[in-house]
Amino acid sequence: MKSIDDIKAIRDKMQSEIILRDNTSGNDETRIVVGMATCGISAGARPVFNTLVEEVATRQLKNVKVTRSGCLGMCKLEPIVEVFVPGQEKVTYVHVDSEKAKQIVANHIVNGNICTEYLITNE
Amino acid sequence: MRELSLNILDIVENSVKAEAKIVYIDVIAKDNVLTISIKDDGKGMSEEFLSRVTDPYTTTRTTRKVGMGLPFLKMEAEMAGGTFDIRSKLGEGTTVTTTFAIDHIDRPPLGDLGETMSILISNGDEVDYVLHFVFNETDFVFDTRELKEQLDGVPMDEPEVLLFIKNYIRENTPHGGLL
Repeated sequence: MKSIDDIKAIRDKMQSEIILRDNTSGNDETRIVVGMATCGISAGARPVFNTLVEEVATRQLKNVKVTRSGCLGMCKLEPIVEVFVPGQEKVTYVHVDSEKAKQIVANHIVNGNICTEYLITNE
Repeated sequence: MRELSLNILDIVENSVKAEAKIVYIDVIAKDNVLTISIKDDGKGMSEEFLSRVTDPYTTTRTTRKVGMGLPFLKMEAEMAGGTFDIRSKLGEGTTVTTTFAIDHIDRPPLGDLGETMSILISNGDEVDYVLHFVFNETDFVFDTRELKEQLDGVPMDEPEVLLFIKNYIRENTPHGGLL
């Protein structure tokens, strides 16, 4: 069973990376934001969030944070995921599930290709 | 909500919005009663607001007119032979306490506290969380202040840390599908 002491291995690894990062970059952090209000949670935002964290962590993506926000007022489009890449316009994905979340990380975050099929359409 | 741990995630968000510095989350199973209590030191509510806070048409938001978080939790508790209680004082904080009859057929499962906690700490270092879980032989406490000490400057919201926390809490809050 894991103990809280096991975090030390991660800490030691991250500390050197963070020093490196702080020295090389100003503010070039990519943020993936998941709507996590009552509407988002009921629509399935939690597994989406966890898939995003898992993908970012296992791919060891640098300078990428997964975080949450409240309700954007478009509850029927939840789960909603917003991607902020520095220097680019915000991209909003709607009706996201775990499978789509994996695609978003692979195509958009890693390769820079927006997943146009998951954007808002004229429904 | 499909899992009570999702309700916890939802209700704690209220504490964060109320500018809490620390949120205590207790999940205590004893005899046939599951008690979930969420206590914060946020800005609290006036008596007037408190009196209508479980009305779905009450919310602090201005972009829409409904707030379903607390009404959902209240309904779920009362449907499962349980109780719902909320106490609040301006400037002191708010405590929400719900109980559920563990063997009630309409009680939602507790679900994954690891996922809920890792999402809660994903918004950075400003709010601390203390989770206390009691079930059978297990008596487990997770405290982000202790975690921060271990991390020694590495942010809690790094994806690799979040993944660790999720698995760490999952392993230490076993309930074998009984809760």
